[in-house]
This record gives sequence, structure tokens and C-alpha cells, in this order.
Amino acid sequence: MELLEFARGPALTFAFTVFIAGLAFRIFSLLLLWRSRDSSAGRPRQRPVAIAALREIVRRMWPETVYKQRMLFTLINGYVFHVGLALCVFLLLPHILFFEDLLGLSWPHLPNNVIYAVSVVTLVSLIAALVMRVANPVQRIISTADDYFSWLVTFLPVLSGLVATSHLGARYETLLALHILSVALLLVWLPFGKLMHAFLVFVTRSQTGAQLNRRGAQL
Amino acid sequence: MTEQPKSAAPTLGDVLAERGVSRRSFLKFASCTASIMALPPTAAAAIAEGLARARRQSVIWLSFQECTGCTESITRAGTPSIEDLIFDFISLDYHHTLQNASGRAAEEARMAAMRDNAGEYIVVVDGSVPLKDDGVYSTIAGISNLQMLEETVRDAFAVIAVGSCAAFGGIPGAHPNPTGAVAIGEIVTDKPVINISGCPPIPEAMTGTLAYLLSFGAIPELDHLGRPKAFFGESIHDRCYRRPFYERGMFAGSFDDEGARQGWCLFQLGCKGPVTYNACATLKWNGGLSFPIQSGHGCLGCSEPGFWDFGGFYKPLSTANDDPLKWAAGAAVAGAALGAAGAALARSRRKRALQAAASQVQAETAPAAEEKP
Repeated sequence: MELLEFARGPALTFAFTVFIAGLAFRIFSLLLLWRSRDSSAGRPRQRPVAIAALREIVRRMWPETVYKQRMLFTLINGYVFHVGLALCVFLLLPHILFFEDLLGLSWPHLPNNVIYAVSVVTLVSLIAALVMRVANPVQRIISTADDYFSWLVTFLPVLSGLVATSHLGARYETLLALHILSVALLLVWLPFGKLMHAFLVFVTRSQTGAQLNRRGAQL
Repeated sequence: MTEQPKSAAPTLGDVLAERGVSRRSFLKFASCTASIMALPPTAAAAIAEGLARARRQSVIWLSFQECTGCTESITRAGTPSIEDLIFDFISLDYHHTLQNASGRAAEEARMAAMRDNAGEYIVVVDGSVPLKDDGVYSTIAGISNLQMLEETVRDAFAVIAVGSCAAFGGIPGAHPNPTGAVAIGEIVTDKPVINISGCPPIPEAMTGTLAYLLSFGAIPELDHLGRPKAFFGESIHDRCYRRPFYERGMFAGSFDDEGARQGWCLFQLGCKGPVTYNACATLKWNGGLSFPIQSGHGCLGCSEPGFWDFGGFYKPLSTANDDPLKWAAGAAVAGAALGAAGAALARSRRKRALQAAASQVQAETAPAAEEKP
């Protein structure tokens, strides 16, 4: 109970404080960085900048045909754990109650049993992602500690949540506290590692789309 | 209440026979006790035999910072039961609420019980002990609760802390704990202390533990908080009849909505059943009639340490018990300032690097220009 009180109290407050400070730090430092003026004349633009940016966001959701064969499993697996994570985080009632308490917003939920099933699939999918990273020599070489740690802090909340709801291995309050602490760890790490893509993915894609459009790429 | 030499005291079997309790009823009680304490079926016979031969057990009941709810609970059986007889059977030598004696006579009764049953008597305590300012916030017979407790438990066989105040500090120990209230287990460290928590505890948890002590002369198996596992081994949530609604995601959203009328899960209304270990969902209250969740109110978690400070009775368990965003504005400003400072530093470095490069180019090209005629 003491651990749970710590997790629900000081640990979450600390994690959210670091998370928000980290987000602000990353976003402001990126937006205010020096951007070299592109002095070249540029090719005839294919589309208006905004359309090109939006188009790039959508276009990169599915690979080009030439890569599809090689990337199909990675792609589908990526979608599975991303969608799984979103369902687990945003459609389990206890989580919605947390968000409602925090932000005052609420929305419909899925039955807990459905979320259990989704979390199992997500867990397996995350393990598959790690196995692929380790098994593929190229991926292994280009992987950094950031990749592995980001995977770990994503994996732990799913695992601890599933274990807590299944009451496996320890008392529920201990498991719940560990689940909340694992979420706190995720929040603390998110702005500083590759998980920041959760906030930057569309920014970078649209930037790339705008640049390619300026250079006249026919996409 | 009268003092009775143990050798001459009747056994429980004698007392029950005298009161017209049949052997069949007695065996039924023994089986029931064995069952609720999760003992093997063979233990029922051992309990029956042990209790029948047990002699009058001296019990000293100390009441400190408490509300007498625990005494109310143990004495308020709906109908006269064999548990009452167990309670009658013990020699309750000191109890503020129930004893006839008062003042000096009461204290003398306590002293006599301690002297005559040294090493054998059981001390039951309800209420926490104030330690702040030399314990001046609660005194009995001119001495502090701490002094009375230390004096009384010195020759005791075992100590039973009944109620969450005695077991964990309870409401007197809740924030800001103005009297410096502590649990009995924090003071008594050289004797076995059995915690029977709850606000109040379930009567059967108290009488069952007492029956176990009388039958076997030993301490029942305890959990990590010193509570008998038989009563505190499982969470309310795990044994709750509304649990299937939790799994199906069917929750009451308020105390008078359709979900509440249909008897759906009360998690959303702040039920602490998932983290509360007690036998309410199985033994229930008022002779097995009902328990809070059955009556439509979530569990308060009263048998757990610090339940009063556990973030609000009506706040769902999955919410934070503090405001995690209380420093959000400051954090955002600080993060933005750091980010801006970092970007400014990067720009400044870039500018210096460009200037240095330009100077270098200038320096390299200047001599070449001078050499030209």
C-alpha cells in the first residue's frame, strides 16, 4: 500500500513534471534551431506546400511497392503494437478514469476482457519487434542503447498491466504500483529518446514532404 | 469478570453443556470455524476437542485512541450465537465499556489478572497510542496509554490489535496525525502481535482468531501485515459477486444511475476492493446478511494501512491521489526556457564557427592577393 501510495502520488507528479518539461525543452529547442536559408531557386513545385506536407504524412504510412515484400512483416507488426498500445492506453476504463481525473475529458470504453486480449497481442508483437531487431544483422548494427531502452520502457507498462490484472506473482496493490511506476518511467524517458516520435512523427514527415515538393520530387 | 483460578475453572465444554448447547451445535461451530479459517477438515475435530478442554482464558482489553466501534462490532451479534458464548467464556478481566468496576477497582482487577495469569493472558487492544508530547493526549488512570500498554503486555502470552487504529494507526494516525498516534505493533516488538484490522473488524474474524488461540494455544498463520491469513488472505475484489461486471466493463457511473440499479461494478465510484484484503465479501456482516458493496457502496479499504489518506473514498483507484499536473505550468516554462537557451547557444556556436571559418578563408586568401604584382 505504501508503494502504491508513492506510485499514485509523488512518482506520478515527478514523472509528469519531467515529461512536460522535457516536451517543452525538445519542442522549443527544435523550433528555435537555426535553419539554413535555401538559396537555390527550387524546381517547379508539384503541389501547394500544405498539401505536399499532408500527402507525405499519409504516403509514408504504407511502403513503396519495391520495399513492400521485404518490409511487410515489420510494417504489419508495427501497426499491430501501435494500434494495440493505443487501444490499451485509451480504451480501458481505469485508464479513462485517470485521464478524466487529469484533464476532465471522458469517452466510451471497451470491456476489460477485450483489452486483456489486445494487450496479449500487443505484448507478443513487441517481443516480435525486438526479436527482429536482434536477429537482423543490419538492424542490430544500427541499433543503439536508445532503441533498446525505448523498447523496454514501452514493454514494461504493457507487461505489468497485464500481470496486475491477472494477479500473477504478487499482491494486486504491489503489481498495480509497479504498473504505475513503469508508466512513470515511460513518461520520464519519452521526451528524451526515440519515443519522442510520438510527438514529432508528423512534424518530420510534413517537413520532408515540403522539402521534397520544393525540389520537384514527383511523389 | 470475576477472577477464577484456572485449575478450578470449568472447561468450555462444561459451560456450553450448562447452557444447553448440544454437541451437534458445538461440532457445527467447530466445523464452521475451521472452514472460515481455511483449515483442513480434520482441524474441525481438533478445534472441537481443544475448545471443549480449554479453560477460562484471561483477557485484558485495553482501549486507547478509539471510538468503541470494535467493541460494538464484537458484541453486536444479531442473534445470540455460539460466538457470544466464546466471548462469555473468556475471563474478560478489564474492559472499559463492559466492566462493572470503575476507577481504582478496575485498575486493581487488571493488576490482579496480570499477576495471576503471568505469561498466559491475552491482551486485546483497540485504538492507537499517542506518543507526541509524552502521550498526554490520552491517559487512563493517571498514566499514558504507552505506559499502560508496556506495563500490561510485559507478561502477556500474545497481543491482539483489533481494529485499524490499533493495527495500523487508523484515523488517529491519519494526516496530519496531531497526537503522534502509532500502531500497537510499533511499540510491542518482543511479543506476537496479531492484527485484526477493519473499521470495525468483522466479528467472526475476532472470535475466530480467539477460538484458534484457545483451541491450539498457538498463533494462526499471519500475512505480512500480521493479520490472520484465514480472514485477510484474499482481496474483496477477488471474492466480490460484482466482479464479473468489472471484467465485462459494466460500471455504475453514479449512485442512482441504471448501472447502480442493476448492481454493476462500483470501481468507477471509488471502490477500493481490489487493494483491500478482508473477508467482507465472504463472511459478510450482520449474520451474513450483507456487506457494503452489496448495499450499493464501494469498499473504503478500511482494513488496509493508511486507508483514511488513500486519496479520497470516491476517487477511482486508477487515478492519481495527488495532482500530477500541479507543477506542469512551471515545468513547461522551465523546459521552454531551457530549450530556447539551448537553441540560442547552438546559434551562437554556429555563428562563431562561421566567423572563424570566414576569417580563416580571408587569412588564406589575403597573402595570395598581396603576392600579385
